Amino acid sequence: MGKLSNQQVVQSLTSKFGDRISVPNEPFGLLTFETSVGNISEVLRFLKEDKELKFNYLTDITGIHFPEQELSIGVIYHLHSLSNNIRVRIKVFLDGMAPHIPTATSLWEGANWMERESYDFFGIIFDGHPNLIRILNVDDMTVFPMRREHPLEDPNRVDKKDYFFGR
Amino acid sequence: MTNHPIFTDNDPQKETITLNLGPTHPATHGVFQNILEMDGERIVSGVSTIGYIHRAFEKIAEHRPFYQITPLTDRMNYCSSPINNMGWHMTVEKLLGIETPKRVDYLRVIVMELARISDHLICNGILGVDTGAFTGFLYLMEEREHIYEIYEEICGARLTTNIGRIGGFERDFNDIAFAKIKQFLVKFPPILKEFEILFNRNRIFIERTSGVGAVDPETALNYSWSGPILRATGVDYDVRVNEPYSSYQDFDFDIPVGTSGDVYDRYIVRNEEMWQSLRIIEQALQKIEKEPKGVFHADVPEFYLPPKEEVYNNMEALIYHFKIVMGEIDTPKTEVYHAVEGGNGELGFYLVNDGGRSPYRLHFRRPSFINYQMYAPMSAGMLLSDAIINMSSLNVIAGELDA
Repeated sequence: MGKLSNQQVVQSLTSKFGDRISVPNEPFGLLTFETSVGNISEVLRFLKEDKELKFNYLTDITGIHFPEQELSIGVIYHLHSLSNNIRVRIKVFLDGMAPHIPTATSLWEGANWMERESYDFFGIIFDGHPNLIRILNVDDMTVFPMRREHPLEDPNRVDKKDYFFGR
Repeated sequence: MTNHPIFTDNDPQKETITLNLGPTHPATHGVFQNILEMDGERIVSGVSTIGYIHRAFEKIAEHRPFYQITPLTDRMNYCSSPINNMGWHMTVEKLLGIETPKRVDYLRVIVMELARISDHLICNGILGVDTGAFTGFLYLMEEREHIYEIYEEICGARLTTNIGRIGGFERDFNDIAFAKIKQFLVKFPPILKEFEILFNRNRIFIERTSGVGAVDPETALNYSWSGPILRATGVDYDVRVNEPYSSYQDFDFDIPVGTSGDVYDRYIVRNEEMWQSLRIIEQALQKIEKEPKGVFHADVPEFYLPPKEEVYNNMEALIYHFKIVMGEIDTPKTEVYHAVEGGNGELGFYLVNDGGRSPYRLHFRRPSFINYQMYAPMSAGMLLSDAIINMSSLNVIAGELDA
């Protein structure tokens, strides 16, 4: 099935973007690289519309929070080239105080709810999104609950301290 | 709800009616709310509201060791929970580099294909009910009961199965389980055949379903659809073939695809997939005969709980038991994405691990969530009764939608 190798994808990416993308690595064979918020739209468009690569299927968009990093909020895209049967993972890290990133809804309609979910849980603002409102949580929630500073349970409870469970 | 586009619309001369379809309407089979603007029987526009049974699984998963996350996955797509369980186990095995024996792979394939059959049985049976034919549903529900009895023999549970462990199964399949699987393979085909005779060429059923909710492949891919509803549009994407897991490459089976992507095609694709699942189970039973008996888990004492007698009588087993339960096992600091073909499409697990006792971040790529977002746009222009069967054939499961 696989007509393209990861090396070929890396080659066409580096010839197009040079050092605007990070050096890729391959955890468990899945090509992974980072890019900056200024380049992400162009990278996604290139990957989708290139005649060779054809990453036409958006598998997933999700967020991640590393509070100790300077750029603390991450956005992770998983793309899939169905005709070449190869996946790629792209990461963009954003400033935690004002995480702005251009939307991918102009490329894939399916990005709409995925981005709303990432906004709902991490507070990532997707600029240009047609309807960026909460999706799974209640509308009047004031925090972004998947950020690391929010505990899972009510911190005032005395019967469920971590040390009772050896953690 | 405060800044909802329809609720804030107070135009007194409005010519459409706002209709709340759900969240607890009996025709929607789950907690789905769609606020529809109706012009008579026809839907002008709609807005989906989801999240009624959101249970924060991704947040909970950040606080639990790997083996305690399996019960969370049960509660996503509860019509085929074994597939979710296996998908999670395989994600962790990929992360830890565990190679499972072939017999374990085949046992898993049997359970996953049984789960796929039970998932499709529900979907197609309910589709019949929504078009006004109750009989077929009753035939199929009896067969689903037989599948649940097989689960019971294997793991003791019926719906939220928590089946298997990281590295394999908690115990070997007993003889009754194998006997029940073999009996199912004999008894189920005639009933599925009878169901097809009732529906496939039924004039009323065809007129209700044919041409309803037709989607072309470009739109389906643009909306990131996956699973039977994508294949009904004619795209032959199946994770079992594209990225074989659990030794699916050893099996000989076909991927049914449709042409028009309408409700009828989805129905036909699901029915055909059940026949293919039966083929796979038959092959798996034959392959198991050739494998060494009694192997039901990989030999990984660091991750697979030892038997209880060993824990009491053997020092090493006690140490491993303690380390596994307290989560003091070194795990690689890396990230992994693993996808399985769930009942509704590509069920993905994106796991970021920092070497701690629980995942740093775990994201579920839930097919129902992604498939459902097209529902409101595609309902515009449909009759209300067509929108109901369209939702039924998307087979959106509320637990997976909201996670």
